[in-house]
Amino acid sequence: MTAIDPTAHLTAEQIEELGRELDAIRDEVIAGRGEKDAAYIRKVISAQRKLELVSRGVLLFSLFPPAWVIGTAGLSVAKIMDNMEIGHNILHGQWDWMRDPKIHSTTWEWDHVSPAAQWKHSHNELHHTYTNVLGKDNDLGYGIMRVDEDQRWHPVHLGQPLWNFVNACFFEYGIAAYDLELGKNLSKQRRKDPEFRARARAVGRKIRKQVLKDYVVHPLLSGPSFLPTLAATFTANVVRNIWSHSVIMCGHFPEGVQVFERRSIEGETRGQWYLRQMMGSANISGSRAMHFMTGNLSHQIEHHLFPDLPSNRYAEVAVRVRALFEKYELEYVSGPLPKQVFSAWRKVFRLSLPNRRTGAAGTPDREPERELVAA
Amino acid sequence: MVTTPLLPSDYLDLISPLRAGADLRGRIEAVHPETGDAATVVIRPGRGWRGHRAGQYVRVGVDVDGVRLWRAYSLTSPADRRDGRVTITVKAIPDGKVSNHLVRRVKPGTMIRLDQATGDFVLPPVKPAKVLYLTAGSGITPVMGMLRDTGFDDAVMVHCAPRPHDVIFRRELHRLVADGKLRLTEVHTATDGVLDVARLGDLVPDWAERETWACGPTGLLDAAEEHWSRHGVAERLHTERFRPGVVVAGTGGEVTFSATGRTVCADGATPLLDVGEEAGVLMPSGCRMGICFGCVTPLKAGAVRDLRTGEITEAEPGVLIQTCVSAAAGPCDIER
Ligand code: FES
Repeated sequence: MTAIDPTAHLTAEQIEELGRELDAIRDEVIAGRGEKDAAYIRKVISAQRKLELVSRGVLLFSLFPPAWVIGTAGLSVAKIMDNMEIGHNILHGQWDWMRDPKIHSTTWEWDHVSPAAQWKHSHNELHHTYTNVLGKDNDLGYGIMRVDEDQRWHPVHLGQPLWNFVNACFFEYGIAAYDLELGKNLSKQRRKDPEFRARARAVGRKIRKQVLKDYVVHPLLSGPSFLPTLAATFTANVVRNIWSHSVIMCGHFPEGVQVFERRSIEGETRGQWYLRQMMGSANISGSRAMHFMTGNLSHQIEHHLFPDLPSNRYAEVAVRVRALFEKYELEYVSGPLPKQVFSAWRKVFRLSLPNRRTGAAGTPDREPERELVAA
Repeated sequence: MVTTPLLPSDYLDLISPLRAGADLRGRIEAVHPETGDAATVVIRPGRGWRGHRAGQYVRVGVDVDGVRLWRAYSLTSPADRRDGRVTITVKAIPDGKVSNHLVRRVKPGTMIRLDQATGDFVLPPVKPAKVLYLTAGSGITPVMGMLRDTGFDDAVMVHCAPRPHDVIFRRELHRLVADGKLRLTEVHTATDGVLDVARLGDLVPDWAERETWACGPTGLLDAAEEHWSRHGVAERLHTERFRPGVVVAGTGGEVTFSATGRTVCADGATPLLDVGEEAGVLMPSGCRMGICFGCVTPLKAGAVRDLRTGEITEAEPGVLIQTCVSAAAGPCDIER
């Protein structure tokens, strides 16, 4: 396919200069971290816990339909807060600098079936280091989808819109399976690997606890409201799953986001690494509430440049990062959530079919997917 | 099962942080200035507080600019204060993050973390007939706890401070003197020069017969220990040493991997992750570029420098560092 490198106009020196400018932004934010930021995360955690408590309390009366609706909505929001603004960001070490052992990447556990430790490995380490590198970053399509024209088409891909939908509904289980690298570990030999078995047992334990809490203990506490409470927790989990799946798809799937070849990252410099994060991520625009509910992953570009800066700072960092995109004439991919979700889904559908030929006049009938070739 | 993955206490803490069974916390209820740079902090400890003995100290965890820092301070309240509150008296030291925060900035209502009281700088069960207190600067704080706790028939104090207004608790001490409960000699080092312990006999002729509690800077305590043992009465002397001096950050140094028991020399530019691996120490790692937090490891002693920002991190209990982006800033001890 035609490879158009959207960064071709930059010289090696410019790329390193860009890296230095980004480092300077990072240093400034780090030097300015303080009491206000600490108060922010504490407030969010306490609000999340109160919301969850109240919502579960309301669900005790969920036999009464308005209580069901309010409780379910509250619990959905509480679960989204737990996973996004709190869990994801704490597990990135964004709040480790506070030295509060209770709000620390090494001790935090979230309301999710994938144990924090396993997720940290596959997400923080693999995805954030090898962002959008085909064959290395399995977040690209989670190993179950074709996400780039360069990947060979197979009839099995015809089903990928369906997989993607199922994955969205049960996303936390998808993530757990993915963190376990279930696909490749299910082969006869690998299944016996003691390390894999230990990790699988940990996931089993976590699932058991989560299921017991959401689908047994809380419904039982509700007595006559057993079934409505069960339905409410199930709904809240699905809502949370679809929401986080959508937000995450918007981070690297929308049109305009680059993917990279394995060999392009060999000997990558700091500047080139930054550049790859810039070209490999996409933002969601919107209100403060939108940024909050996405766990500030709406600032995906900034998050990928600085994964360990406190999330409440991404908004201010974004202004400066965007200015750098303009200065270096790069495309800052951003759009409102519906547009980005639509764009990502369109790609899922398009790539479920084999690549289309370009028109006779040589004009492609769509934006060509680009590829960054190593300098 | 009800609250997994959290514990019920995570929710209860929202409502009642000082309840029995919670992690030990305290609420600061008042801060009273003592001198220009010292203040007494009144703390209401949580229900789990097991009390203290006069002369003991407590470790407090205070959030300064959002960062939790732990320091030890002597308790200055008597052991059985009716209202259940305790006090620590803090002297602001130059560049002391926690001490300056407590003396000058902290607001009543602030929650802090507490450890249980500890330390064996305490009075014996049977009170001695004759007592000597030898103190300097904020070394008076544990002794004040003792004076407030127990009355002695024959107590003498020699206290050193630069000038009269630097003497912490001066009014209270003089009240004790007026009531005949204490004989006090103030040594004002700014005018009188430092106390020569060898000439203590000039001030307190019967010093050798007294059960002595001494607290102050290292120099004073070293001299006292030497003096007491030279006169063969070392068992009468009880000393309390403050935290050893501040770490001086340099570039590079000797790195000890204490879990493995290996020590190697490192320069100030090589990440400790590489240093450890080179030395055959099993080091956890991930991205090797500071983003995944897969390499965090406790720093037990010494100081390290963040290779990206140049920021220095000193060892304190509970401090974790990212070994892939930190280099030795002087000798340090990594728990691997
Ligand atoms: S190895 Fe990833 S942060 Fe150190």
